Amino acid sequence: MLEIKGLRATAGDTEILKGIDLTVRAGEVHAVMGPNGSGKSTLAQVLAGHPAYQVTGGSVLYQGRDLLELEPEERAQAGVFLAFQYPVEIPGVTNAYFLRAAYNEIRKSHGLEEVDSMDFLDILEDKLKLVEWEPEIMSRAVNAGFSGGEKKRNEILQMAVLEPKLAILDETDSGLDIDALRIVASGVNKLRRPDSATIVVTHYQRLLNYIVPDYVHVLSNGRIVKSGGKELALELEARGYEWLEEAVGVAS
Amino acid sequence: MSSTVESLVNKEYKYGFVTDIESDVAPKGLNEDIVRLISMKKQEPAWLLEWRLKALRGWQKMSEPHHWPNITYTPVDYQSISYYSAPRTKTPLGSIDDVDPKLLDAYTKLGIPLREQKLLAGVAVDAIFDSVSVGTTYKAKLAEQGIIFCSFGEAVREHPELVQKYLGSVVPLSDNFFAALNAAVFSDGSFVYVPKGVKCPMDLSTYFRINTAETGQFERTLIIADEGASVSYLEGCTAPKRDENQLHAAVVELVALEGATIKYSTVQNWYAGDEEGRGGIFNFVTKRGKAAANAKISWTQVETGSAITWKYPSVLLQGDNSVGEFYSVAVVNGRQQADTGTKMIHMGKNTRSTIVSKGISAGRGQNSYRGQVKVLPKAEGARNYTQCDSMLIGNRCGAHTFPYIEVQNSSSSTEHEASTSKIGEDQIFYLKQRGLNTENAISIIVNGFCKEVFKELPMEFAVEAQKLLGVSLEGSVG
Ligand SMILES: Nc1ncnc2c1ncn2[C@@H]1O[C@H](COP(=O)(O)OP(=O)(O)OP(=O)(O)O)[C@@H](O)[C@H]1O
Ligand SMILES: [Mg+2]
Repeated sequence: MLEIKGLRATAGDTEILKGIDLTVRAGEVHAVMGPNGSGKSTLAQVLAGHPAYQVTGGSVLYQGRDLLELEPEERAQAGVFLAFQYPVEIPGVTNAYFLRAAYNEIRKSHGLEEVDSMDFLDILEDKLKLVEWEPEIMSRAVNAGFSGGEKKRNEILQMAVLEPKLAILDETDSGLDIDALRIVASGVNKLRRPDSATIVVTHYQRLLNYIVPDYVHVLSNGRIVKSGGKELALELEARGYEWLEEAVGVAS
Repeated sequence: MSSTVESLVNKEYKYGFVTDIESDVAPKGLNEDIVRLISMKKQEPAWLLEWRLKALRGWQKMSEPHHWPNITYTPVDYQSISYYSAPRTKTPLGSIDDVDPKLLDAYTKLGIPLREQKLLAGVAVDAIFDSVSVGTTYKAKLAEQGIIFCSFGEAVREHPELVQKYLGSVVPLSDNFFAALNAAVFSDGSFVYVPKGVKCPMDLSTYFRINTAETGQFERTLIIADEGASVSYLEGCTAPKRDENQLHAAVVELVALEGATIKYSTVQNWYAGDEEGRGGIFNFVTKRGKAAANAKISWTQVETGSAITWKYPSVLLQGDNSVGEFYSVAVVNGRQQADTGTKMIHMGKNTRSTIVSKGISAGRGQNSYRGQVKVLPKAEGARNYTQCDSMLIGNRCGAHTFPYIEVQNSSSSTEHEASTSKIGEDQIFYLKQRGLNTENAISIIVNGFCKEVFKELPMEFAVEAQKLLGVSLEGSVG
């Protein structure tokens, strides 16, 4: 589903990603961990097509297509979803309006008819249940004045509605209380399909108790320095990152 | 901000066509003879000619405002403009059925079918083509309730007593340079009178269209809501694309008598000029309302067009408990400049005013909010709330605010809030990541920003305004 080879990316003059190789198959969950500033969010943003980053090398194939050739909205329409580490506020635009606009835009790109606001309410109802939320949240402006946890939950709600093929969750667990963590994690689990895949960026093994990964990768200074099964996360929890960085001799 | 937030303007101006119709155009230049000619063409009574001449003499002693507004423009050569242009048609204008098909066609292209049966239910339209009114719809229906809605020229002929009583009563003929100019040469406009206690059953609307080259448009609108009456009035405008600047200097006077309500909404989309700043309308407009006790005057404007916009719809809150409102969205893109805002003059007790101004600057546009809140000594318990938000798209535009607050009564309260934000790459990227393209993303963000103003517009107009905003910002982000 996703094949990243030798991916390099810069922001301005600084190289942040220094050759990333990662293959994700349908049905899999990959966890990406690593110290602050190692490039996890950058990887996520580059996959989504953020214009602040320039890809300077390597390739990304997504469902057989050259992902890097596509505009951000085309990637989204093709099923790439990024749950942002820092979701953006859009004052004056209701959550309901925004989400329906996005939903319809994606439908249109697949040659499907747009749904009207009544039908959309029906769709929403189920998805709201999935994240255990009241409909009132839909008439508030997108993320405006939302608490940190609410913003994260809103990302999962959007993901539930848009039903992506490749979901990239960037620290969606940060800032969540125990209940919210459970809700978000179970939401993600319920959305898992044999034909979709998830990349979870996290600092905490705790989340991986809920969303059990098939693979865990450690990113350090723009490279994947170690990959393993879910037990790697436990080891990281116990030992930190230093031993890995020393082992591969990463200059930070 | 990098590449993305730098270029969405420059979509073709949709209303830039010229209608090929023969016009009666007055010789260029401005002097007493021209004023006499206009007055004669319009078969006006002597008192009106005198009024015009007085205005002209006053105007000749005044000078164009160049220093205090935050706009730069080359001085207008008033002798190279023609002050009167009327489409030459076989039948006299006024009734829709007699209107030249070419004119009807022009309005249909603008999305304003004048034939009543095709009209969106509930809106009566007065259409002004260059200098003259080409027809007023729904006139008969309104007349049943005693409501007068006609061209200004017709009002002068049919209701001279009302015109004489109220003309210049809110904007005196010597008020300012452009108001004086208008008073001297105004050619037509709309007139509304709503009798005591009558609630006008439909929105009234005027559509202004400049067609002929090298003419100015100087229309005058006078709206009188008698005691306890209410009316909602809509105004829209467009002009063809031309390389020269064209002058639009209108005057609008609103008279809200005791307990009356006037709601005046404008969607202004005059041709804005090209990317280099060539051509476009100079929009110098004086709009003011006078509110008696318990009356309410509400201005809502969405200004997206014109090379230069200079206007400050204001309310004189004369009567106790009167209310003034100003809701504004002003968009500048390309090389557009806008200096716009309002004046709220609190004279009566417990008068209240609300100002919500949303300025959007893109391209190399310069947007200034200029507002004055004045509380006079007798305005016990007066209250004002001002909110003034600016949004910047890109790095080459500017937003400026000039609020003036003058309080002479200590029991009053004024509140001012201001903010400036920038449409960020991150905001746009967030929406794109959800499947929306750049144009939709900007349109959603900007419409969200303007929401408090749009909700004041009548439904049909709000939809129009949202579309317009999308179009005028196209290309402001690449
Ligand atoms: N747009 C940018 N411009 C300049 N530097 C950037 C930009 N984005 C990221 N960086 C830098 O690149 C490095 C990687 O940042 P990134 O956000 O990808 O880290 P991260 O692994 O997600 O960290 P965290 O765990 O703190 O979220 C950091 O040093 C960061 O300052
Ligand atoms: Mg991060």
